[in-house]
Amino acid sequence: MSARGETTLWIAQRASAAVLALCVAVHIGVMVYAVQGGLSAAEILARTRGSAGWAAFYGVFVAAVAVHVPIGLRAVAVEWLGWRGRSLGVALHLFAALLLALGLRAVWAVVA
Amino acid sequence: MSVLQVDVWRGREDGRFQRFEVPRAESQTVLDVVTYIQRHLEPALAYRFACRVGMCGSCAMTVNGVARWTCRTHVARVARDGRLEIGPLANLPVIRDLATDMREFFDKWARAQGQFAPTATRRDEPARVAPQSPGRAAADAAIECIGCGVCYASCDVVAWNRDYLGPAALNRAWTLVNDVRDGARGARLRAVAAGAGCHACHTHMSCTERCPKRLSPTASIAGLKRATAAALLKGEL
Repeated sequence: MSARGETTLWIAQRASAAVLALCVAVHIGVMVYAVQGGLSAAEILARTRGSAGWAAFYGVFVAAVAVHVPIGLRAVAVEWLGWRGRSLGVALHLFAALLLALGLRAVWAVVA
Repeated sequence: MSVLQVDVWRGREDGRFQRFEVPRAESQTVLDVVTYIQRHLEPALAYRFACRVGMCGSCAMTVNGVARWTCRTHVARVARDGRLEIGPLANLPVIRDLATDMREFFDKWARAQGQFAPTATRRDEPARVAPQSPGRAAADAAIECIGCGVCYASCDVVAWNRDYLGPAALNRAWTLVNDVRDGARGARLRAVAAGAGCHACHTHMSCTERCPKRLSPTASIAGLKRATAAALLKGEL
């Protein structure tokens, strides 16, 4: 890939990693804190449904995953499978789209 | 006098280890062992060396699984139960026995634009570069590489992706990126970022761990990642 392409992917992976570090910390921290007194699925949904804040938070989380994971898989594919070129690019874009779709579907399920 | 059991690689990639018995000597180096074998036991053994004092970088081999300069490695430091295993450097084609073909290693220095591109002529005054300036300090930290190939043989990414430029070529490029007299910064940053360049490094740091000169190619590669990212954001890449 070109110098611009490689460097863009590198920045995208580092930036998405920074977002993920924050999101994972908040996600696990809230989970551990919220279940202290016992919490049912219905009670969780009562808090998340209609919440624009949680929708935005997990929307960003999912977007960061969809950016970060395929770039990492690209290195794995090149180094361990010897897979490179256009077919790899197409496969990784499809995988990114799948992660985004599944993730946003899950966010929709708890906030809508 | 005690005797060392030495397994030495013979042949090409599809070769095998051959056992030799070498008398142990005081202050004996691994290069002394290889030289003893060639002079007394097996005249056809192929290996490389020149200076014997850690200046030329030609005697690097794999000793008990680790890439090292054989001239600066005492047997006492690496022998296990009186045994040594000596092979050619990893990640390079084997010509024969302990001699590797280093063309791809040096071709990658050229691909990473490791050549100085002058901006002045012999009629200009010599450049004045303050030793304390940040660029000079960064170049100083990486400049002492003698091209022995130990880092290249130790690098996991090179083993997995033969297109990867490798620690030595990228370290060299980093010294030139920091040289204020050099006129090819943009082309060099493009050369080290494209394809399997600096961004392919996983920061395993084997190069830094094994470098006999105690340089840190990892730090140089990190510098190139930052420099190429900054150049991209400024629209200069």
